[in-house]
Amino acid sequence: MTMSRALACAALLGALLAGCSVPKLEPWVKPYERERLADPIMKLSRDSLPDKHVEHVRDVREGARGATGVQGGGCGCN
Amino acid sequence: MKTPSIARPVSALRIVASIAFAVLAGTASSAIAPSAQAPDFSLHAMSGPNMRLQDQRGRVVMVNFWATWCAPCRQEMPQLNRLYQKYRSSGFVLLGVNVDDDPSKAAEVATKLGVTFPVLLDADKRVSKLYDLNTMPSTVIIDRDGKVRYVHRGYLAGYEDNYEKQIRELLK
Amino acid sequence: MAATRAAIGLWHRLLALIGSLLGVLAPGASRAVDLPGDKAEALVHSYIGGGVNAYGPAFLVRKSIMDKVSLSGTYYMDAVSNASIDVVTTASKYKETRHEFGLSADYVYRDAQITLGAMTSHEPDYTANTGNIDVTQEVFGGMTTVAFGFTKASDKVGKKNSPEFSDHAHHWQYRFGLTQVLTPRWLMSLNFDALSDDGYLGSPYRSARVFGAFVPERNPRTRNSRAAKIKFVGDLGSFGAVNLGYRYYTDTWDIKAHTVDGGWSRYFGEKWLADVFARYYTQTHANFYSDNALTETVYVSRNRQLSTFNDYGVGARLSYNVRRVPGRYDVKLIGTYEYTTYRFKDFTDVRTGELYGYGANLFQVYLSATY
Repeated sequence: MTMSRALACAALLGALLAGCSVPKLEPWVKPYERERLADPIMKLSRDSLPDKHVEHVRDVREGARGATGVQGGGCGCN
Repeated sequence: MKTPSIARPVSALRIVASIAFAVLAGTASSAIAPSAQAPDFSLHAMSGPNMRLQDQRGRVVMVNFWATWCAPCRQEMPQLNRLYQKYRSSGFVLLGVNVDDDPSKAAEVATKLGVTFPVLLDADKRVSKLYDLNTMPSTVIIDRDGKVRYVHRGYLAGYEDNYEKQIRELLK
Repeated sequence: MAATRAAIGLWHRLLALIGSLLGVLAPGASRAVDLPGDKAEALVHSYIGGGVNAYGPAFLVRKSIMDKVSLSGTYYMDAVSNASIDVVTTASKYKETRHEFGLSADYVYRDAQITLGAMTSHEPDYTANTGNIDVTQEVFGGMTTVAFGFTKASDKVGKKNSPEFSDHAHHWQYRFGLTQVLTPRWLMSLNFDALSDDGYLGSPYRSARVFGAFVPERNPRTRNSRAAKIKFVGDLGSFGAVNLGYRYYTDTWDIKAHTVDGGWSRYFGEKWLADVFARYYTQTHANFYSDNALTETVYVSRNRQLSTFNDYGVGARLSYNVRRVPGRYDVKLIGTYEYTTYRFKDFTDVRTGELYGYGANLFQVYLSATY
């Protein structure tokens, strides 16, 4: 199944779900239960400067780029 | 220089993004609505004895739900303290309900922020569930008859002016 | 500012429209996302591996103005002493310094955060200018964060001692990210990137090898890439936090890469935080890559960055909380070390004829003060 066909199916499913009387999805983790998630140890990227350096090193040495969540991988230089 | 032909991945991303968002968007509706009777509760205070909401009947009560790990909650505290000091002699009481897992952290931060109003400990989240909180912080203002009059979700600088207006109105 | 408000208003109206179409409420009005906090950071970074020694300082200063906008400025320096295998075997050792300056502004409106940034990077033979915009929006009771981003970069490529050589490269990057709270202890994040490069995408100093002879490399002038990453972060109570991620990458140069990374973080007492992490990366070669081409092709390259190889990295980070007053300021000193070993499957060391491999050491010492 090609990517565009799969997405079209997902869009249709989404539309159907919306149309049907499916019970509304409620947030299941309440704000007062977020204590552990608020801890810096749970952050996806703790410090931007060091992450930027590591990202730059990887961009220069490896063929793959992107999708790391780190903003701005560097100068894109060769 | 020709335009890059990445129309396919970009439109694909857009479709995925809009589906993901459409399916996930939404907010829960609160069970606490203005003009409903405020649900009664009884909690341990930081200083030791139990405090019951019902016992405050006859006074204007502000219940503020907060946590040490919530930055806007900490920002709000000095403002709430100021309001408490100003209006407590006129029949106003402020109950700070803390929802930390570890009550000792609550005590530490409350002391550091110079909090003088009673801090109640809701570590098992019983009262939070009762009031169906959907934001941190949440502030509920209850009138002298025990009815919920105003519900404030979140905190932004300036909210305390609204609180003051509403308290004065209910104290009359 | 009026134009920004209009754009944000349009954005919110669009969200409300989508939400109402599905009979579901649009994001809550009164909840607020925090502006990033004020901070000052200094970093000393060093990378030593494969004959390359790159080190330098980096600085970041962030300040919020009137509680509405947060501005940040960065400076990054890279002093590179390059005696890598390519340089040593086909040219001669050199030293050069790269300077990078960045500026960005963050603006918060209700549940959305908008970031606008610009960056310029200079080295004697390469200049890069970048502009980016990122929008982050909290939805679904704050359980989901959606982020969209776009970066456009324009590079000017030159060649030392060859003023007649001048070319350009343009890069576009489209980013989509989703962070989802799964349970009170687990988070999941998804990232999708589409990248597009156009122009001179090689190096004027690098040679390819055809029938045993060294010739200047010939790279395609376009490259389209896609990457997708999934990551889980979980809190294991007093045992600490763990994270595990996987990224898949593919592009029109036929490179396919897989990355797996994971780590464990744990507090020790009130002041210490330790992390250990590991990463595995593997890629297949670009379709025009060859260590020694035995046919004439339109494009040919011997850039080991485009070869078939894998690398393994392990590292540790130690963070010491120098001074902390909750809600006021927080000063941390962090040291990081990572060792990565690279193993090439179809790139050889011309001096020996053996498959090439090397180890690299990465050091960072970092001081961060938030206030």
